Amino acid sequence: MKKIILSLLLVINGLICSFAQSNTGVEMATGLRSSGKIYVVVTVLVVLFLGLAIYLFTIDKKLARLEKQQKH
Amino acid sequence: MKHYWWKILGILLLLYSIIMGILGPVPALPIVHETIRNVYFHVPMWFTMFTLYFISVVYSIKYLAAGNPQHDLVAVESVNVGIVFCIFGLASGMLWANFTWGDPWPNDPKLNGSAIATLMYLAYLVLRNALEEEQKRAKISAVYNVFAFPIMIVLMYILPKTTDSLHPGSGGNAGFGQFDLDGSMKAVLYPASLGWILIGTWLMTLRFRIRKLEYQHQATAA
Repeated sequence: MKKIILSLLLVINGLICSFAQSNTGVEMATGLRSSGKIYVVVTVLVVLFLGLAIYLFTIDKKLARLEKQQKH
Repeated sequence: MKHYWWKILGILLLLYSIIMGILGPVPALPIVHETIRNVYFHVPMWFTMFTLYFISVVYSIKYLAAGNPQHDLVAVESVNVGIVFCIFGLASGMLWANFTWGDPWPNDPKLNGSAIATLMYLAYLVLRNALEEEQKRAKISAVYNVFAFPIMIVLMYILPKTTDSLHPGSGGNAGFGQFDLDGSMKAVLYPASLGWILIGTWLMTLRFRIRKLEYQHQATAA
């Protein structure tokens, strides 16, 4: 009886262990991305980057205007 | 608008790399985990630096061949912007190393090589500022630049491959390419690199145009 209970516990333990691990055994943030609102961070980054890009364009335009003045 | 197309392309490529770099699939690896996404942002810094230094050496050779002072200005501004990207590369690499190797600066051949190469290009700028006469300054710094470029390649790309290094892609340590089985990382890394190279070149042309205006202003004032 003791042996049966022990072996049953072992099997349950093995099952729990196998469910606790992901397929590869390496923890990745797959769950975080599906529910952790990482999209918000991506949107913030996109907004910041677009702002910087527009700023660069205005500098470029200003320089072009100065270059035109220099030619006259 | 015709001249702007490559600048817009650079911005679109970087937007793609930000979105796909964070949301796209990556191989699951121990130790690095999600930080493998740094590949999309750390590696392009070095590609951009390399491209700008290459532009610089091409214009140095053109200066030595033709003696046009504008070519000298392109060469120096390429190094100026290249050093900025080099510092970005070093800073991002040190941050990443701190969390994966446990040390921001292990004495690794790849890291030490890039540090020496950086100092070499800083010396180029110091050399320029030390020389007063315009033509002499342009000529000597152009010759220095022609020598510095191959040494930079040897220090950063060839020597680390011949010895053991922690850095992926160097000797004794495979690059991330071998884990990227379906090419999903290359699909982000290559557009990101091209985008950063375009933005870096754009910054260089902006600095060059300012420098040219200053140069012309001085010429008319004198």
